[in-house]
Amino acid sequence: MQNPSGNLDVSVWRGNGAGGGYSAYLVPVRENQTILDVVTWIQHRLETTLSYRFACRVGMCGSCAMMVNGKPRWTCRTHVQRVIDGNSLKIAPLRNLPVIKDLVCDMAEFFAKWRKAEGHFHPTSTRHEVIAPIPPDDPRRIAASAAIECINCAVCYAACDVVALNLDYLGPAALNRAWTLINDQRDGARAARLAAVSGDSGCFNCHSQQSCAVFCPNELNPTESIAGLKRAAAAAALGGEI
Amino acid sequence: MLGVRLYLAQRISALILAPLVLGHLAVMIYATRDGLSASEILSRTQGSLFWGLSYGLFVAAVAVHAAIGLRVIVAEHVRLPGVALDAFTWSVGGVLLAMGARAVAAVVL
Repeated sequence: MQNPSGNLDVSVWRGNGAGGGYSAYLVPVRENQTILDVVTWIQHRLETTLSYRFACRVGMCGSCAMMVNGKPRWTCRTHVQRVIDGNSLKIAPLRNLPVIKDLVCDMAEFFAKWRKAEGHFHPTSTRHEVIAPIPPDDPRRIAASAAIECINCAVCYAACDVVALNLDYLGPAALNRAWTLINDQRDGARAARLAAVSGDSGCFNCHSQQSCAVFCPNELNPTESIAGLKRAAAAAALGGEI
Repeated sequence: MLGVRLYLAQRISALILAPLVLGHLAVMIYATRDGLSASEILSRTQGSLFWGLSYGLFVAAVAVHAAIGLRVIVAEHVRLPGVALDAFTWSVGGVLLAMGARAVAAVVL
């Protein structure tokens, strides 16, 4: 919706870990305009010290996520017209992550939780052995494929109310990653990974509110992955595996 | 806050509670529709091993299920540290178990 002046009313959060507030800017409306375009225009023309993070601009790198009108979005692929509220945009750093400066969050804890969830591959063979044949129609391959296209943007992490209430919670992205590895037949750390995601900060804290699935830009469903982890971990605990 | 053991305890207690709650509701409706007095109900429950075990199990499952459910709410909204959270969980479970056991004893013994 274009206003008579041809400008968008944009509020951008500026500050650092100690605090900050919103600054207002007028940004010309363009026919095709993403949120990242708006932020870039502000930095180039109005506020050269504005800090934000981006890399690929085509929805692959996962580095440009921000809160837009209160909701987490990948800004390079989010068109202004799709999310604008009247004529206003309110842009803030991602929720649930510490702010470094302006729109830049510290992602260290987010990625540390991937490690805590055993979100890395544990090979069972070397490059000198025959590659494991995994049929595309294998149920575990299908389950892994459904969750594999995560770009680590932390949109799900920012959307998650459980993370907001319990900052130790591993979060949907790390647990989603763990689920893909649980379904990887080449991986050799199933029991260790199930134990890692079954602790006090693990998958059992998920309330299945599904905000992660609603906001995931790649339309993944981390809630479903977490439900799979719950079933696998509960079965492993009952079976004495963990 | 909620590891696999507590999760399983809450799910298993829920499995136990579901039929017992339905049975309890059915018995309540049956008893009140038939106009049974308190003394008539007590005459059926006192000394009954079946009602003692049934409601004893009910009370135990409630104590486990509610204590874990409240633990999650308190952990998220009050952010109690681990030891205090464990103390809270055990306290809620203990109080519910004691109150429930007293009620079961009153109608069975």
